[in-house]
Amino acid sequence: MMTVTAQELTAARRAEPWREALRKSKKNKERTDIPRVKMNELDAAYRSRVRNEEVNLGLTAKQSQLEAQRCLDCANPTCMEGCPVNINIPSFIKCIEVGQFADAAKVLKETSALPAVCGRVCPQEKQCESRCIHTKMNREAVAIGYLERFAADYERESGNISVPEIAAPNGIKVAVIGSGPAGLSFAGDMAKRGYDVTAFEALHQIGGVLKYGIPEFRLPNKVVDVEIDGLRKIGVRFLPNCIIGKTISYEELHEDGFKGIFTAGGAGLPNFMNIPGENLSGVMSSNEYLTRVNLMDAANPESDTPVQMGRNVAVIGGGNTAMDSVRTARRLGAERVMIIYRRSEEEMPARLEEVKHAKEEGVEFMTLCNPVEYLGDKQGRVRQMRIQRMELGEPDASGRRRPVPVEGAIETIDADVVIVSVGVSPNPLIPKAFKGLEISRRGTIIVNEDTMQTALPDVYAGGDIVRGGATVILAMGDGRKAAAAMHEYLQKK
Amino acid sequence: MNKIVSKEQFSANVVKLEVEAPLIARARKAGHFVIVKVGEKGERIPLTIAGADVRKGTITLVIQSVGDSTAKICALNAGDEITDLVGPLGQATHVEKVGTVVCAGGGVGVAPLLPIVEAFHKAGNRVIVVLAARTKELIILEKEMRANADEVIVMTDDGSHGTKGLVTEGVEGIIKREKVNLCVTIGPAVMMKFVSALTKKYEVPTVASLNTIMVDGTGMCGACRVTVGGKTKFVCVDGPEFDAHQVDFDEMIMRLNAYKNN
Repeated sequence: MMTVTAQELTAARRAEPWREALRKSKKNKERTDIPRVKMNELDAAYRSRVRNEEVNLGLTAKQSQLEAQRCLDCANPTCMEGCPVNINIPSFIKCIEVGQFADAAKVLKETSALPAVCGRVCPQEKQCESRCIHTKMNREAVAIGYLERFAADYERESGNISVPEIAAPNGIKVAVIGSGPAGLSFAGDMAKRGYDVTAFEALHQIGGVLKYGIPEFRLPNKVVDVEIDGLRKIGVRFLPNCIIGKTISYEELHEDGFKGIFTAGGAGLPNFMNIPGENLSGVMSSNEYLTRVNLMDAANPESDTPVQMGRNVAVIGGGNTAMDSVRTARRLGAERVMIIYRRSEEEMPARLEEVKHAKEEGVEFMTLCNPVEYLGDKQGRVRQMRIQRMELGEPDASGRRRPVPVEGAIETIDADVVIVSVGVSPNPLIPKAFKGLEISRRGTIIVNEDTMQTALPDVYAGGDIVRGGATVILAMGDGRKAAAAMHEYLQKK
Repeated sequence: MNKIVSKEQFSANVVKLEVEAPLIARARKAGHFVIVKVGEKGERIPLTIAGADVRKGTITLVIQSVGDSTAKICALNAGDEITDLVGPLGQATHVEKVGTVVCAGGGVGVAPLLPIVEAFHKAGNRVIVVLAARTKELIILEKEMRANADEVIVMTDDGSHGTKGLVTEGVEGIIKREKVNLCVTIGPAVMMKFVSALTKKYEVPTVASLNTIMVDGTGMCGACRVTVGGKTKFVCVDGPEFDAHQVDFDEMIMRLNAYKNN
């Protein structure tokens, strides 16, 4: 395995006669003239009333094949450089163009443990698609994400799921802490290299943020479960309800014979703003709200877990988590749902698609607004909030214009559920339990950026525990990088 | 996994379960808790560990049936399995030799108090336990407490066992009688609030083990947050034990009612 470089492989595949013939079958002009496909989606009025139906419906085979024709099969596919796990993008797209959908899925699986997930939740506009040759010609990029999703869904729905090639077992035990995207990506790559992989998960379900965070209407759990089953098929063992650092210590992992440890515990610790009234009941973090609804199925009457339902729901923040929360509140029947964000819409970190979907579903965007206080009733439940209007001042250290309060511009609005979605910090549990790790001031684990190795030589780290709150695909890229580096480290030992 | 090895009915609504959990039994210390979930649609609830047997690989939980989830757990029998059990969670009790320690427990709070009593006693402290309940039938673990403490004072609301009166009266009697270096209290929030107010008056350092609403129990949601010394803390990772004199009990009690119907 890994005898040829990724670049050589990409070039060799491109040189295959069928690919050459396919390239010649159409002029580039004909390909670039095809308009970019539009995602099929559920009607906004309908979907904002149902909780568990996916908004994006996926492409048909016909749409996918047409979209695949837009790809020019570049000699130097820059799109691949934009993909943190280096999916062989032209290879899988060309398989779609000729109708070999199962082969397209196989190409995806070579480098990605979760293609059906990434095709749905990656911000492709900032990754692969931002590097597509079309964008250099001022045209819309090939819809790589949609095509990835199509191929992965096709394979899953066909029931004929391929298992990637794996090396002979080498008998070396490695541990993964956390079963979110970083951990799953690492686990898949190490299992393919022949390692004996055990993934430890603190919660009762496998998948991390894919299960407790991202809602069903963006990422159905059954899609995640099929990809996790794929990892089980290549030998990855999952141990839920087990907290490394609590249930089993770092020292005990060594006693149990684990030679390498990848820690991907994520950034689960929610930030609060520390303003008056924030501990009133009805004010909660996005993590709590989404965990109740997604992981615990709290809106289902059969579930024992309760969740507070409001008429006027305010979500504080402008990231994807805020969009997931506000759209969830809408689906749970809230009359008025608001995004309250202290900068303007331009600075919002959420994906454009999520913002568009939220607006279509009737979410109000109150930008340049910042909560300063929550007001409650006698029972201590939140009833209202005071909002400070903001304006944009000089750029700050992040390069974005800093929001500053407009003097005297404070108003009071009704809110009976408030969801605070102003970011997350790394959970201190693992840094505390592993003596000798280097930790940044922000609480993240410091790693060598090329290898993801920590100050403890047998411990690697990746995903949000290293980055703070980031994206699924960056976490997966870290997992992939850490797997390659740990493999090299363990082979030298 | 998580098989119930034995069950004992303490009173109509209180049961003691011994559960197979070798990893938790090995790792737990006094003050730790677990999160338990029964059934696929079950909710995650926190329960403090009342004891463990490392050799048998079991932990002991004492549960009072107060709602749907605790009723489900109490209905389980020996041989049944708890669907999900995770721990040990939270910070262990800080145990050292301080002199005389009063441990005040009410209701099922007495159960998690037992390992704390054992630990302080083992550390060479003079340990006085105050057990309180509404009536005689609700006093639990008296024998076990007597085996691990220098003195046990029982208080019942109706005087059916021990002395008639509230837990605070028992604690105050001790403080008036001798020098107390530390008080540890576990029980209903209202009880801890009043114990705390009392010991504050006498300037006796006091630790309370808080029992807030929890979801994950690992610090990722903040459902369990409380104000301690003016700062927001997460009970599941920063606690469950805090300096009682710094805890905003009124806010905590208010938050405990978040899911009660008006």
